[in-house]
Amino acid sequence: MERRTIRKWFWAWDFDKEEEWLENMAQNGWTLDSVGFCTYHFIKTEPGEYSVRLQYLPIAEENGEYADLMEESGAERLGRMVQWVYYRKKSEDGSFELFSDLDSRIGHLKKIARLLLIITVMNIGVGIINSCNSSIHLGWINLLCAALLTYGLGRIHGKKEALEKERRFRE
Amino acid sequence: MNDSLVLTESTYYILLSLCQPQHGYGIMQQTEQMSGGRVRLAAGTLYGALNALCDKGWIIQLPVESGSRKKEYKLTEKGLQILHNELKRLRQLVANGETILGKEEA
Repeated sequence: MERRTIRKWFWAWDFDKEEEWLENMAQNGWTLDSVGFCTYHFIKTEPGEYSVRLQYLPIAEENGEYADLMEESGAERLGRMVQWVYYRKKSEDGSFELFSDLDSRIGHLKKIARLLLIITVMNIGVGIINSCNSSIHLGWINLLCAALLTYGLGRIHGKKEALEKERRFRE
Repeated sequence: MNDSLVLTESTYYILLSLCQPQHGYGIMQQTEQMSGGRVRLAAGTLYGALNALCDKGWIIQLPVESGSRKKEYKLTEKGLQILHNELKRLRQLVANGETILGKEEA
């Protein structure tokens, strides 16, 4: 079987772009098969044979019941990268969505935002401690990370707001 | 109980499916069948909703039978009451719609 590996970086707040890229690859006959750190392994398939999705799913939340539900609805789990799980489903088995209404999409974004917020606050805290005690340079690196994460939080918040606006008049 | 409660379509169909004990995938299938293929509950949405509805006490998880690892759920009295209230609300929606649009539809 023909295989191909691509190294690519996506920010956590661009997970929708990552999904779009993976979906485009599948439409062009390269379907995701497994994942590694910034690494995507593809296999050659018929163009559009599969649909690929990813979900923010902390390890603690991924239990047997959810795994069964995914499997029964025809999805194949491809692997986990930190907090993200990747799936594919044969297009002939029907459309593939992980969320079917606005509420659950908003909930998904809220979980991502919560994680980003925790890491941001941690970076600010450690940054301040580092600036005061050991190294001012290390402190600046933490604060730069915090600034970047704050930008990411803003991006997630924007996506969430767009859905919430829509939610005011429809599901 | 809040009378002005409005259920989402997903919640409505999940509760309706659980008038009989069902496991997750059964709810998906039944919902799709009842709605003539129009409403397809996605796994992530259904799973989150099941947890939330258990927390609210509208449904309960039945004890897992030995030899099976599939969890079944069932509607509670409270859940049934919610469903009846929603049906009443929906009837009014339909009646009002028909009063105003009915002639044009016919």
